[in-house]
Amino acid sequence: MIKIVKRDEPSRAIFFFTPVLAIFLTLVAGGLIFYILGFKPFEALKFFFIVPIADKYGFSELLLKATPLCLIAIGLSFCFKSNNWNIGAEGQLTFGAIVSGGVALLFYEQEGFYILPIVILAGAIGGMLYASIPAILKTYFNTNEILVSLMLVYVSKLILDYLVVGPWSNPEGFNFPETRQFSDSARLPLLFEGLRIHAGIFLALAAVVMSWFIFYKTYLGFQMKVSGFSLKTAKYAGYKGKKMIILVFLISGACAGLAGVGEITGPIGQLHREVSPDYGFTAIIVAFLGRLHPVGIIFASLVVAITYLGAETAQIFMQIPKYTGQVFQGMILFFLLASDYLLFFKFKFIGSNK
Amino acid sequence: MIIDVNFVGLIIASIMASAVPLILASCGELITERSGVLNLGVEGMMIIGAISGFALMTVTGSLIIAVFGAMLAGVLISTIFAFLTQTLITNHVATGLALTIFGIGISAMIGKNFVGIPGKEFPVIFEGLKDTIPLLSPILFGHSIVFYFAFVLPFITSYFLKKTKIGLIVRAVGDSPESASNQGINVKLVRYACILYGGAMCGLAGAYLSMIYTPQWIENMTGGRGWIALALVVFSTWNPIKILIGAMIFGGLTIIQFHMQAIGVRIPVQFLTALPYIVTIIVLVVISRDSRKIRLSTPSSLGKSFYKDN
Repeated sequence: MIKIVKRDEPSRAIFFFTPVLAIFLTLVAGGLIFYILGFKPFEALKFFFIVPIADKYGFSELLLKATPLCLIAIGLSFCFKSNNWNIGAEGQLTFGAIVSGGVALLFYEQEGFYILPIVILAGAIGGMLYASIPAILKTYFNTNEILVSLMLVYVSKLILDYLVVGPWSNPEGFNFPETRQFSDSARLPLLFEGLRIHAGIFLALAAVVMSWFIFYKTYLGFQMKVSGFSLKTAKYAGYKGKKMIILVFLISGACAGLAGVGEITGPIGQLHREVSPDYGFTAIIVAFLGRLHPVGIIFASLVVAITYLGAETAQIFMQIPKYTGQVFQGMILFFLLASDYLLFFKFKFIGSNK
Repeated sequence: MIIDVNFVGLIIASIMASAVPLILASCGELITERSGVLNLGVEGMMIIGAISGFALMTVTGSLIIAVFGAMLAGVLISTIFAFLTQTLITNHVATGLALTIFGIGISAMIGKNFVGIPGKEFPVIFEGLKDTIPLLSPILFGHSIVFYFAFVLPFITSYFLKKTKIGLIVRAVGDSPESASNQGINVKLVRYACILYGGAMCGLAGAYLSMIYTPQWIENMTGGRGWIALALVVFSTWNPIKILIGAMIFGGLTIIQFHMQAIGVRIPVQFLTALPYIVTIIVLVVISRDSRKIRLSTPSSLGKSFYKDN
């Protein structure tokens, strides 16, 4: 007989083990889905998870996709740790891209070392501005931040669409929905000849270090974590709850905005309709899979980035629909949440240990 | 300028038609939330319903199988959510998000073979009465059975919650799971049932979109309606009758953009499309500003897990 018992306190070892378990279970379930769809499971999984990163180019693509995911997830970890449900990072990314893209267009055909920093800063500010809307509405009007941040995603994509089709569209562009190319000074430099990986990865790494420092070395980080555990305790301790909410939203908006900058000033170098393949939503999964821990998020962003690449490779080589990537992402989160059960409960074999 | 009364009737009818999926999904989610469960997977359940309905209709040719199949698909997908949040005590918000991401992915995967296939005509009832009463005829007659069901549902839901014993149990579980449990009510079972019911209604809402409203399959065709339905539940302060009003407002916003474009109003189309989302935010702000009122009408245990040691 097996009995399920509640643990006295959550297990620390299992806390870091469950993400690995979740990935393993996702692979098993994924293989099963491939089998049902009529593909050879092992071959499909190989095309999905190994072939895409087997060479130098593939590895560069992996880092390219992992960069925005890591950056956004780091920002979201601030929100989620303090119990603020910002699920509109996709909108903050888009708005950051719009603002930085607009600034980059102002410097059209101009060169100068000062341009890139201004463009990057503009993206961060754009993301912050956009994130401040749900934050302010939550703190001063008691409005649900989940719904507001999500509605703003749709609005931001429509603003972008309006701009690239209308006033900002390239005058010599034969009515394609895209802007003019940014000048070289407004672009994040590529790191290696022939590869698409760009300097944006340093922004992500800086964000990782910054978040680690704030969470583990400052009083502010401690306050954020306490507010996440219990708002009452935080109030009792005299923390400024409202300021905290706005602050975490601004940090997370800035990170998402920077991810937007990377998407448009990196390999593409112009604004167009689809600045992000839902990185803002996928980063939510990355944040959870990384256990809201800076280092965990780095690993998680690499794992989840493979689902983007794998979906493309599997589509080309095996005609597996590319949406399988999203299915995998949803499953990872399902399995992760499910295996959290082991954090709080354990199986006890009755008879052996009484 | 002479306004044709029948034209006005037609506009009102088209507003009502676009309100139908919102009413169905919101009424389903309202029951789920009344039992204390916050399921953010509405968008995912709707899109699963949309593809299941359309696929079953194309494959079997039977509209009845398709409609009920879509509801069953909604139930099945919400079972994942119920199992995770109720049996494995996971966080409601995160699980709901996973459900939406998963649902959008899997619907696109299934739907790959159904893109571009024309839908079937869905039978309408009372069509013979269409020219009998000016203004009212286009509103009252010549719609699908799902349309009529949607406009009755808020009243049934309200009656169910206020007047029936089971409705009372659902509210008790949502407001105080501890005392309900002490009264011998199986909280987990009630919540399971409410989640699955919500799934069925969202599945139906999706099927309405892909089989009746715009009879075809388009990827991501729910286009945020699931989220608007969630907002409507807050807007209604958990009162089903008010969902009707809210859904009509949003239906109106959707229809107005078509007509404004037709008249040639010089507003960018993107702005008109964004209008429902912007209005949702404004309405949420207005409703939520009074925090006391929201606190009084929100089910007290909404979104909180309940675990009973046994």
